[in-house]
Amino acid sequence: MKRNWIIAGIVVVAMVVAATLFLGDDPAISIGRHAADRSEQVKHGEYLARAGDCAGCHTARGGAPYAGGVPIPTPFGTLYVPNITPDHETGIGGWSADDFWQAMHDGRSKDGSLLYPAFPYTNYTKVKRADVDDLFAYIKSLQPIKQPNRPHELAFPYNQRRLLIGWRALYFKPGEYQDDPAQSPQWNRGAYLVQGLGHCDACHSARNMMGAITDMGEIAGGLIPVQNWYAPALNSNRETGLGDWQIDEVVDLLKTGVSARGAAFGPMAIVVHDSLQYVSDADLTGMALYLKSQTQRNAPAEPAQVRVTDKQAEALIEQGGKVYEKHCAECHQKQGEGVPRIYPPLVNNESIAMRHPINGIRIVVNGGFPPSTQGNPRPYGMPPFGHLLSDYEIAAVVSYVRQSWGNHAPPVSPAEVASARGVPVD
Amino acid sequence: MQLMRFVLTLLAVCSLGALSHLHAAPPTPAQVPDTLEQRLLACAACHGKQGEGMRSEFYPRLAGKPAGYLYNQLLNFRERRRRFDVMNYMVSYLSDAYLHEIAEYYANLHPPYPPPVPAASAEALARGEMLVIKGDAGRNIPPCNACHGEALTGLAPAIPGLIGLSPGYVGKQMGAWRVRERKAEQPDCMAQIAALLDPGDISAIVAYLAAQRPPAGAPPTLNPSTKLPLECGSVTQK
Repeated sequence: MKRNWIIAGIVVVAMVVAATLFLGDDPAISIGRHAADRSEQVKHGEYLARAGDCAGCHTARGGAPYAGGVPIPTPFGTLYVPNITPDHETGIGGWSADDFWQAMHDGRSKDGSLLYPAFPYTNYTKVKRADVDDLFAYIKSLQPIKQPNRPHELAFPYNQRRLLIGWRALYFKPGEYQDDPAQSPQWNRGAYLVQGLGHCDACHSARNMMGAITDMGEIAGGLIPVQNWYAPALNSNRETGLGDWQIDEVVDLLKTGVSARGAAFGPMAIVVHDSLQYVSDADLTGMALYLKSQTQRNAPAEPAQVRVTDKQAEALIEQGGKVYEKHCAECHQKQGEGVPRIYPPLVNNESIAMRHPINGIRIVVNGGFPPSTQGNPRPYGMPPFGHLLSDYEIAAVVSYVRQSWGNHAPPVSPAEVASARGVPVD
Repeated sequence: MQLMRFVLTLLAVCSLGALSHLHAAPPTPAQVPDTLEQRLLACAACHGKQGEGMRSEFYPRLAGKPAGYLYNQLLNFRERRRRFDVMNYMVSYLSDAYLHEIAEYYANLHPPYPPPVPAASAEALARGEMLVIKGDAGRNIPPCNACHGEALTGLAPAIPGLIGLSPGYVGKQMGAWRVRERKAEQPDCMAQIAALLDPGDISAIVAYLAAQRPPAGAPPTLNPSTKLPLECGSVTQK
């Protein structure tokens, strides 16, 4: 009698396990596909996850992959990125391919609630259904991690999700990317990646007071809220000057983090490290073609900013020359010519003369390394000078660089250095 | 034959000249040494060219510390188990392999140590000596030298030396362990010990350590059969 109960118990457990396994295999993504296709699908999905740098937000430092918990500070409060591992209870294990599509394409969760646009569905809406399905197949293949989501800490009224309906009416237009027939397939592939998964304009565009990018797809540059790094305009020769770069120089920077024209630092180092170094040369070339073609647009007008008087500027630049000679010339060279792929040139480098001087100031204060990548595994570093130089000396040397060797950017004031020091470096 | 060589050389020189003319020859880029020393000038700004550190609580000596210990710290900074903004930022996007190389590089440097810092009262030194050499069995505090080596210079590969460092740095670290701001892999043995120490213990230990003169050369290696008083994740961390 007792044995019968045990056998019955085993049968029930086996049925539950079988049912779970069966249900876990999402019919929507496996219909019509063989096992080999499925593994190809997962592999392609992984490639797309890299291209979109999903892990950049969904994986915490020292945490399990894609288990979320990363704080995203915004001017409206702090959002906590959710767990997207296929855990049924705390992740998206219960989602179907259609649910996932709804999130990516329409910015709605499984239960229909509106997602905050810190999840860049304004970009992901451009991703094609087949790619979204592959991405989902990859996510379903991940190790499920049980880690409950942390509730967002947003101020009123931003904590009212339903109000997003107004935001969406103003700033969100769902729709897959449509090829431009006047352009080559490679250009279109690049545009698809830059505007869609790559979500480049999430940083390289300014946001309005509602946190929205109003010049969607214009990549006209912007100060990244809270982080206070300036993401340069990619459509202006005055900033990153991509119009003047060779295609292989753009690809080199995106793939390895360094190039003859400059190095990736700050948040761009993250993007190269986590994402772009894994993107194929063909795709990167497409992105470079697309980005370079954008520089034909009109450059934004340079706002006239008077930061220091002429007399102060003269004194700053004179002092800056001495600081440069002592601390900078050994690596960046006497005429600011730098050393290709090792020490970025400061002459003929449009990122020196950008609207916001914050990047240059922060680099002098904190130094840093470009990312370790397959193409540049052992990068050369830049020393921090924040503990060695005063605000005045840093303003002096940054002003000197901005005004030397044909650079024509306005000098910066010691007060700007002081305020840049206040930005947390990590 | 010689004439042939002359003609070939002449041809080569001419074609080079023509090429450089065509491409408006960029000036030859400066030669940058392909060395770790050159790559790590970013580190030298605070830790010294030889990893000798500064007499400050913020920039410790790295030279001669066991490579495994240095590697663990670089990983801890990268993964935010240990916090110091500039360090977290510096190593954020450096690979395991590169961090390993960096750790080995500093472990193999042996610049001279600064002279010991006498100062503290005889009473503090005696209390420090007691804790460092004998521990305090009544309070379950093992002696420092039970793990950090008899000479307190650490044990390769993962246990750091305690002498030859600035007193400010050692005190700050012990305080950081105590308030759980500094962490290591679980089981976190130093966190357990620091929780048992009071501020008086810490200043006595710091004073005693500061008065010791470190011997030259690399630290000895931990004998795998040695049983440490506590289990330490940092010793077994890969």
